[in-house]
Amino acid sequence: MLEKKSKKGSVIALVCILVILGGVILLENVSMFMENVPEVLRPTSQLFTVLKKGAVYSLVAVSMNLLNGFTGLFSLGQAGFMLLGAYTYAILTVPMASKDQVYYLFGGSAVKFSLPDLFAGVLGAEGVGGAVSMVLGVLIAMILAGLVAAFFAWLIGMPVLRLKSDYLAIATLGFAEILRAIFQWQRLGPITNGANMIKNFPTFSSFNIENSAGETVLRLSTFVPFLVAALCIAIIVLLINSSYGRAFKAIREDEIAAEAMGINLSKHKQLSFCISSFFAGVGGALFAMYSANAQAKGFNSTLTYEILLIVVIGGIGSISGSVIATFAYVACSEWWLRFLDTPTTFQSESSRTMFIAALAVAGIAITALLLLRARKKKGGTGMMAAACIPAVVFVGYDIYYAMSGAMEVPFLRTGFRMVVFSVIIMIVVLFFRNGLMGTREISDLFKPKAKKEAAK
Amino acid sequence: MEYAISILLSGISVGGQYALIAIGYTMVYGILRLINFAHGDVFMVAGLMGIYFTSWLTSVMSPGAAVLCSLLLVIVMTVLLGFIIERVAYKPLRSAPRMSVMISAIGVSYLLQNTATYITGGQPMTYPSIPFLFDTVTVAGNNIKWAVLLTPVLVIILVLALTQLINRTKVGMAMRAVAKDFETSRLMGIKINSVISVTFVIGSALAAVGSILYFTNYQSIVPTAGAMPGLKAFVAAVFGGIGSVPGAVIGAFIIGICETIIKGLPSAWDVSVFSDAFTFALLIVILVFKPTGLFGEKATDKV
Repeated sequence: MLEKKSKKGSVIALVCILVILGGVILLENVSMFMENVPEVLRPTSQLFTVLKKGAVYSLVAVSMNLLNGFTGLFSLGQAGFMLLGAYTYAILTVPMASKDQVYYLFGGSAVKFSLPDLFAGVLGAEGVGGAVSMVLGVLIAMILAGLVAAFFAWLIGMPVLRLKSDYLAIATLGFAEILRAIFQWQRLGPITNGANMIKNFPTFSSFNIENSAGETVLRLSTFVPFLVAALCIAIIVLLINSSYGRAFKAIREDEIAAEAMGINLSKHKQLSFCISSFFAGVGGALFAMYSANAQAKGFNSTLTYEILLIVVIGGIGSISGSVIATFAYVACSEWWLRFLDTPTTFQSESSRTMFIAALAVAGIAITALLLLRARKKKGGTGMMAAACIPAVVFVGYDIYYAMSGAMEVPFLRTGFRMVVFSVIIMIVVLFFRNGLMGTREISDLFKPKAKKEAAK
Repeated sequence: MEYAISILLSGISVGGQYALIAIGYTMVYGILRLINFAHGDVFMVAGLMGIYFTSWLTSVMSPGAAVLCSLLLVIVMTVLLGFIIERVAYKPLRSAPRMSVMISAIGVSYLLQNTATYITGGQPMTYPSIPFLFDTVTVAGNNIKWAVLLTPVLVIILVLALTQLINRTKVGMAMRAVAKDFETSRLMGIKINSVISVTFVIGSALAAVGSILYFTNYQSIVPTAGAMPGLKAFVAAVFGGIGSVPGAVIGAFIIGICETIIKGLPSAWDVSVFSDAFTFALLIVILVFKPTGLFGEKATDKV
């Protein structure tokens, strides 16, 4: 699809981003102006956690998509680069005042400066000067976080990028694990605080504007991650639509053909790897701000898998797909499926009966769907028989439960949310292989069909 | 000297346990070209099954018989689990790009870990002390569990049996054929799906045996307990040359010994945190200088 992006399209995209950013500010501050807002819009609501985490993850997911989806390099090192970003940001921004407290095990930090404090020394620590110096310090620390991640990506990319698909994946995964071990090394304690967490650095809530009495007058804690993520994603989109982006896609489609067309393979792979890691590093810095601490333990391969699953659910090779999938994923895991974790009892006999009926219907529906698929593929009697298993299991359990006469909702207890969640992910991976969007973008959905055909 | 012997022995035993997992990786990779990320979690689930089956069976029969029965049951159920995973999560994706299958494997691993968290409540579980395996014996002044001494012997026996199976039997021949060329062997009338199932069955059975030995040694099981041994076993498989069973075993022994030595270095050096990192550093070095591993066959890219 080599269609020329029209100017109108970019203007619409810009307007959309501005509307979203404005909407976020409005949403966050509604509770300030109005007394009787619903519980969801209060600052303590899960909604804002989801929005913040979603913004952070969407940036990391898009950066992973740039590498995996657009360049076709299957890398699993994202958590490692996030770790580099998070630590760089955290080390550079812990205020001088709390250094001794954070690094108390190592008798203070070896990094004898803090970026926000450096600026505060010039601009003054109070009022506007303090705010500007904090923003400047955070901004520069974030860019440095990206640069450090990109530098390490360049370093490791030289040997590793020659490897093919799964070997590259496992090598980058290994690299991330090595980084995690290095950052937990006690000898580096004065810099990385060993295996302990670094905290007390500026977080998202530091951006809330307060008046002199210490009351919050304008909340920006959700707006900031959105702004940074939107900016970075916009840069990635511009990159993908540039000649470099087209070279990346050519490498994805066919390396040998791309090389024959005069694309310098190693240079472009290295470039894509570094840029992706840069944004993963920035995402790591945001992640540290989101969780208000930086600890190497959290940046394990599970984090990478999580991001990878988001990219897959959204569609490998679709930026808007990744963003939508991130928010859906984070909302499901943090908010919508929460009820599955709390044990509850049925209020009345009728709702219990309803539940039993629903379970039976679900079991039979799944079997019917599987049977349909088996019929279409002419899978034979074995597959037909296997397709009946869900119905048998569900209905069997239903009968057992109905006989037992218990009033508790079955299964609900800590951890069930993640089980349901991973089952949903498996269903997406197995039955909706292209994810939500495939390789389409959200703008493609609004285009008239005829035009699309002509573009081919 | 005594210390050195104890380190060496425990290194060999850890290596043997990795070897049992690594065989599953290397055989699956040889045939399907798939890094079966769920294999480490199958290993963890086998460990959990050991706990639940033993506590369940001790209530109905004498302790000695209960442990024996539960061990057999663990192997059977793990084999079943491996078989089901292959049928449900990998078989429908046979014609899909390799990356989809790998992602499906990651999804299965996620599912197994989360289910384990749900069932155990996230608490570390303690593996039952198996009579005989758990008993200690004194070797050169060190008290050592029988499991540690028995592991390398058991590994060697199992590997010899497996190489006989691969080289001498009809199923083994079919496996080698499928590993060589998927499409052609299908044209030759080999039932691809059953060969792949057999591979998964063997891999899972060995992982179950490995889990019994490993968790007798390190008794605590958490839902993520399988991830690190799984990754290390995979590194061992790559190190030895992926697709080669003896290679995987030798790679696993080398990694197990090196790792235990690093863990056993004087604590003043503070390097024990690198015992995991070392494995991955070794992986990167191997991949860069000899991507086919120690015993791997030279692969040629077809245009």
